[in-house]
Amino acid sequence: MRLYEMTAAELSRRLQSREVSSAEVVRSFLERIDEVDPYLRAFITRTPDLALKSAGEIDSRRMRGETLHPLAGVPIAVKDNISTLALRTTCASRILENYIPPFDATVVAALKKAGMPILGKTNLDEFAMGSSTENSAFFPTRNPWDPGRVPGGSSGGSVVAVATGMAPLALGSDTGGSIRQPASLCGVTGLRPTYGRVSRYGLVAFASSLDQIGTVSTTAFDGALLMNLIAGYDPLDSTSLPEEVPDYRAGLEPGLDKLRVGLIRYGRVDGFDPEVTEAVNKAASMLEEHGAKVGEVSLPLTDYGLSAYYLIAPSEASSNLGRYDGVRYGFCADGDSIEAMFSRTRGEGFGAEVKRRIMIGTYALSAGYYDAYYLKAMKVRTLIRRDYEKAFKKFDLLLGAASPTPAFKLGEKTEDPLQMYLSDVCNITDSLAGMPSLAVPGGFHSSGLPLGLQLTARPMQEKLLLKTGRFFEEQRAEYPLRPSLDFLEERGGDYEI
Amino acid sequence: MPFDFGKEVDHVARLARLSLEEDEKERMAGQLSDILKTARRIQELDTTGIEPTSHVTERPAVLREDRVRPSLPLDKALRNAPRREKGFVKVPRITVSEQDQK
Amino acid sequence: MKYEVIIGLEIHLELLTASKLFCGCSTAFGREPNTNCCPVCLGLPGSLPVFNRRAIELAVTAALALNSEIRLWSRFDRKNYFYPDLPKAYQVSQYDQPLARGGYLEVDVAVGKRRINLERVHLEEEAGKLVHAGHSIIGSGYSLVDYNRAGIPLLEIVTAPEMHSGREARLFLEDLRTVLLYAGVSDCKMEEGSLRCDANISLRPEGSSILGTKAEVKNMNSFRSVELALDYEVQRQEKVLSGGGSVVQETCHWDEENKQTITLRGKEGSSDYRYFPEPDLLPLVLENTFVEDLGRSLPELPSERRERLREQYGLEKEEAFLLTANRELGDFFEKAAKAYPVYDNLFNWVQGDLLYQLRENDKKVEEIDPNLLAGLLQLLDEGSINRPVAKELLAEMVQSGADPKEMVRERGLERISGRDRLLPLVEQVIAENPEAVENYRQGKNKALAFLVGKVMAATKGRADPAELNRLLKEKI
Repeated sequence: MRLYEMTAAELSRRLQSREVSSAEVVRSFLERIDEVDPYLRAFITRTPDLALKSAGEIDSRRMRGETLHPLAGVPIAVKDNISTLALRTTCASRILENYIPPFDATVVAALKKAGMPILGKTNLDEFAMGSSTENSAFFPTRNPWDPGRVPGGSSGGSVVAVATGMAPLALGSDTGGSIRQPASLCGVTGLRPTYGRVSRYGLVAFASSLDQIGTVSTTAFDGALLMNLIAGYDPLDSTSLPEEVPDYRAGLEPGLDKLRVGLIRYGRVDGFDPEVTEAVNKAASMLEEHGAKVGEVSLPLTDYGLSAYYLIAPSEASSNLGRYDGVRYGFCADGDSIEAMFSRTRGEGFGAEVKRRIMIGTYALSAGYYDAYYLKAMKVRTLIRRDYEKAFKKFDLLLGAASPTPAFKLGEKTEDPLQMYLSDVCNITDSLAGMPSLAVPGGFHSSGLPLGLQLTARPMQEKLLLKTGRFFEEQRAEYPLRPSLDFLEERGGDYEI
Repeated sequence: MPFDFGKEVDHVARLARLSLEEDEKERMAGQLSDILKTARRIQELDTTGIEPTSHVTERPAVLREDRVRPSLPLDKALRNAPRREKGFVKVPRITVSEQDQK
Repeated sequence: MKYEVIIGLEIHLELLTASKLFCGCSTAFGREPNTNCCPVCLGLPGSLPVFNRRAIELAVTAALALNSEIRLWSRFDRKNYFYPDLPKAYQVSQYDQPLARGGYLEVDVAVGKRRINLERVHLEEEAGKLVHAGHSIIGSGYSLVDYNRAGIPLLEIVTAPEMHSGREARLFLEDLRTVLLYAGVSDCKMEEGSLRCDANISLRPEGSSILGTKAEVKNMNSFRSVELALDYEVQRQEKVLSGGGSVVQETCHWDEENKQTITLRGKEGSSDYRYFPEPDLLPLVLENTFVEDLGRSLPELPSERRERLREQYGLEKEEAFLLTANRELGDFFEKAAKAYPVYDNLFNWVQGDLLYQLRENDKKVEEIDPNLLAGLLQLLDEGSINRPVAKELLAEMVQSGADPKEMVRERGLERISGRDRLLPLVEQVIAENPEAVENYRQGKNKALAFLVGKVMAATKGRADPAELNRLLKEKI
């Protein structure tokens, strides 16, 4: 087994026992990136020199016998909407193409403090708005299970990096499914923590009341390792939660006795692949066989949740993205008056999907429409939270699909925004309610593409999610899942298709 | 109910300070009409007496102490500014209508 | 036709915190441009706001001083608009759930006291500052932005439309300033922009109960220009209305140089601020005890103090006004009065020589120890020094802070009195001025004054004049 094929936990063990050095580990991942990334294009910016430099520092600190963080020396990839000091942070947008933050996001500062080398910044849908990573202003990322298909989005780059061994771990962000949906389309584990559990300071805002940084990993245990590092109160984020952070690794051993699981029966939702429903039902039976009590739960507002989400998120986005005006940073167009400069900068700097959402949001907040759109959507949000409260009176965990279909074809939905929005339908209500939610591999579609399960728990119950995720891993003969990447050999050195 | 976003496009684009090409406007009018038609489905729900949720975190704001912390050095603060002059950020002429909204 | 003038004011003042509302940058005035800035106040992507406790305390204190009702639950909203001095393209402000509602201020106007009601008091963030190349904002080729001011806590006070002239508006504003200075929440400097005022003004036929169309007047940079601008605007609207025209709802700028208002007419519907709850800040929830503690530590306000000063020290209304014009002068008087309880004399010295010397020496009253003045006046009353010496000592006391009692001791400035000390001087002057002595003997009273003057000159005015007179008469 090569180093880049190992889990973060295994790398951590070998680094701590000094079987390998961080420099060796980082080199292995960098070589893998060189081999795979030109084709799949997970990274916007690669930082091999920086990664090797911090690996070297960690190695010498270890040599000196310093006590290090368990993840010290384990490299990581960071989604390019998370601010990195002196390192370009683009949000996959022309408008921020050359933007260099003068500060680290709180999570990035934590990675650095722990001594995790950063391999690079990963691709996403522009400003995290999208479900396929095709809305990147630079290039789309491809699905490693079928390069003709999308990896999902918006954290497509982070997910593909982890799925293909270009990074053992990655940070993503999830507003309405941006970690969970791509994780399920690429066969990895993605956690959206409780809103407020991980600091948003330094995460470039899309929809502030929904945005949350989370983990992408090959196993639930790796997710727990990373959560131990990034979760917790941050005095720089007023919405972060002060509750004590548990050791997410502890007590992940199986044991589902008396676990009450609600199998979600969605309200009016079209376009579900029957094989997805089948995979979810199979997962429910697995839980039942191992002692869990499974019942059905209905979340009748799922469909309305999508509608509410596509008012709330764009409204907040229209305000959050006002700052890209060509004055203090970013792309700046010419204009002989301030208004002309503002409008051209934004008209030329933003891509089509971002502009669509700014338009919807501006409209939903504008005089005469606020009550009917934005305010109504916020009330529906209250109804959705009540649905969850009701469900969690009867159940400890909700089980559903992380995506209604397996990965779809590149270009299939780019001309039809509504169809694209529908691919987040399973993820959105958790986001609106602020619940923690985990996407975990749930077998394969007959086409050979991976399918994802989605587990949702009460606020702060990330551990229960990771524990259940780990249970599913243990039911499989082979884990983690690795795409074969046969196409690399078939095409030889010719990466362009 | 048919819903036509077409007549709103110019007004909303100006509010959002987005210059749009003609074909862009046309495409957007169609797409946004569809999206808003779906979004309007929430009108079917009865929300009488329901409080809106603007924050899922149900706790009061935290207050920090009034202590001065170092600011960014000037070169870092303005590093990303496209146009600078003598320690200031430079912007084009301000029109009467821009001034009015202040 | 006669018109009734209706004026409402919107006042903004910067609160006296050390750091900004949402970040740790300094609020110091006059620093090099863009050096009090960080990711938060520059609105860099990914930055987030955190409330400054002191700003909340000062806002609550101000609202209490203005008799507003504090709302224990309030919320912050985003006011969205594009302007180069607004880093995030929204201002964090309070819309439908402000920090305080109602309130009033008793203003002394020509016809006695009038209560001007307030509609609301709320907290928001300050914007940056624009510097224009060329003369004014309009017609400048380009502008320069300084974000040092961006994010300083700003209090907005909105009055009811209850003032009826530029004069009244000015008096209200001056009184408001005094109250807020007393409360210690802001330095209220209009010239530095830490206190600003916009006005809504409309006219209606006398007796009508329907409000006329209003114009908003901005850019009034002093108390005087508030009065001038509003008077100008009254005349302008009067002319329009009596000419059969109608006032258009508009924003005008006061042009200080040409003493007129200039219309800034924007495209219609350009200001749609799209307010919505700020998702990055949780609601502000105040404990009852937090508000009560601030209420208890609220200093006595000028109107209460005036009443008390009149009662406690037997001062006239105007005298009490003078002493409450600023908090420090009243404090000085009251401290001095403890050590020197001859209130009318103390007031005369404070009003006269002390204020004169403060002005002359460009000093502030808080720099002077009130006990020194009390000591000085005691010396005078005891007869240890005379009036001219007292005036000189007061001047020195203000200049250098020296203690008059010590100056008297060190320099031997006490009054020369008593037969033993004065007699030799009298005998000497008689011996040296035989002509004058002769003149006096012949009944020329002026000659006595000449001799007194000689002794006074020799003693630098320290001789006791009454005793000197008596001794001279006796000896001649």
